[in-house]
Amino acid sequence: MAKVLMTGNAAIGEAAIRAGCQCYFGYPITPQNELTEYMATHLSRRKGCSFIQAESEISAINMVYGASLTGARAMTSSSSPGISLKQEGISYLAACELPAVIVNMSRGGPGLGSISAAQSDYFQATRGGGHGDYRTIVLAPSSVQELADFTHHAFDLADKYLIPVIILGDGMLGQMMEPVEFKHETPDELPIRSRALRGAKDRPSRIIKTFTSKPAELEELNWSLFRRYQLIKKQETTCDTFMVEDARLIVVAFGIAARIAKGAIKTARANGLKVGMLRPITLWPFPTEKVQELAKSIKQYLVFEMNMGQMVEDVQLALSGNGEVSFYGRPGGVIPTPSEVYKVISRLYYQKGLK
Amino acid sequence: MEKVYTRPKSLKKATFHYCPGCGHSIVHRIMCEVIDELNLQERIIGIPPPGCSVFAYHYFDVDMAESAHGRGAAVATGIKRAYPEAIVFTYQGDGDLAAIGTAETIHAANRGERVTAIFINNAVYGMTGGQMAPTTLLEQKTTTTPYGRNIKLEGYPIKISEMLALTKGAVYIERTAVNSPANIRKTKKAIRKAFQTQIDDLGFSLVEILSPCPTNWRMTPIEAWQWIDKVMTKEYPLGVIKDITGKQDAD
Repeated sequence: MAKVLMTGNAAIGEAAIRAGCQCYFGYPITPQNELTEYMATHLSRRKGCSFIQAESEISAINMVYGASLTGARAMTSSSSPGISLKQEGISYLAACELPAVIVNMSRGGPGLGSISAAQSDYFQATRGGGHGDYRTIVLAPSSVQELADFTHHAFDLADKYLIPVIILGDGMLGQMMEPVEFKHETPDELPIRSRALRGAKDRPSRIIKTFTSKPAELEELNWSLFRRYQLIKKQETTCDTFMVEDARLIVVAFGIAARIAKGAIKTARANGLKVGMLRPITLWPFPTEKVQELAKSIKQYLVFEMNMGQMVEDVQLALSGNGEVSFYGRPGGVIPTPSEVYKVISRLYYQKGLK
Repeated sequence: MEKVYTRPKSLKKATFHYCPGCGHSIVHRIMCEVIDELNLQERIIGIPPPGCSVFAYHYFDVDMAESAHGRGAAVATGIKRAYPEAIVFTYQGDGDLAAIGTAETIHAANRGERVTAIFINNAVYGMTGGQMAPTTLLEQKTTTTPYGRNIKLEGYPIKISEMLALTKGAVYIERTAVNSPANIRKTKKAIRKAFQTQIDDLGFSLVEILSPCPTNWRMTPIEAWQWIDKVMTKEYPLGVIKDITGKQDAD
């Protein structure tokens, strides 16, 4: 189909419907309300679909849990403070091996913070977020087109690996309008997952739970989850690079910060500085191997984030001392400009004697 | 010879882990009888709570999934909305339904979700060792009200069923007890009606069951049965609290 002009939030909604999302449960919070509203308008009246404006974020994620139990494709969305509330449910989804898609259009924190775009939920998203040993796949789009593409992909990943998938966007991505093309048509019907609860008809009754009085059983569940996480690391780690071939300094940035960094890198290149970019697309699993590959020839890394440097330790872990890491970030919902980032890049470039 | 009493088909052949005199096993059994009588085994999905009855899925031979504490009504909502053909019930205690899950319960009822809540009121948190519940009676001693529940400090026993009756989406709410053969029969009838309300697509239904917890009440099973009559029913009178199932405006 032809491209249409849409906000990022609405594009997620349209992509989710086209991915066969049957249930959306949400709660109002800025800056992601357009997504909830889009689903109220476009999903609620579809045959076999359900939309609820829940009484709380906690209820919304638990409704997603309920819908996922039956085998339905279900999603919720929120922004930072709301995502904190959803962590209980995300832990249960991960524990019970239930697919779900959770969108975080993150904003400035901590606390109530601000409604301006920020990336300060990186730790929360990539370390599991709730209680217990678990991970979620975390996708970091950097354009409205990617919001649409990754939303569709997120439903497939969630079903394939029986895992909650987080789309970590930010207030700017959610609010801005860009041309977007939807590459999929809504399926008429999706196959029912084999482990779904739909009544014990023509089969023995089924229990979906984790609670056990035998620690060894729970240990085995943890091992089985982590075997799957290893598989995800191997098969689903993705990243993007920009002008890294001859680069002497690599900027590592994700999401909207990568868009800002790209502008800064173009200016740097125009001024003869050999700067490239690594953009992790999956924040978990982190593109560790790509960093290690680059580190064979490139020793200087500048991590640029709209937070206080939460991704820095993943880059340091990946480098394991085989490169030097600097950081520049603006937390609290402040949005840096490309020229500001260019100044940081050029100063670092000269300080490190790369010219 | 005619068989007059047998294990319900939907009750698994397992030994209950509950304490002697506990009400859970009675409620489980009569629920399974109703599930059989209404022929629901193949389409029912149950949500047991964290707590003593977390292991309900070891006894009910129907599809079941665990829920976080208090979230039963939200989980049941998600199930029912995604798969309306199912008959969905939550099985919740007083701490679960009337404290940590108050919001979920009230809003599911108010939306008129076509789900059924089986609400076990034993006036304490059972599995955690007998702490004060929102339904704990005035002056009642628990491990967290060692001097008795004090109005000024802990407030009043909450009448969640009466509160839920104020929501338009709740169409059938009854309070019963399982402390005598007659009350057990009445409880079974109420559970049957609650499920029928859902089958008939009328709205939210709930049965509050006053249930003995001899262990945490520090009583013998007989004393616990008597305490329900003498003390508990004074605060929580038995009977139909709301029934608009026969009315046109039930929605």
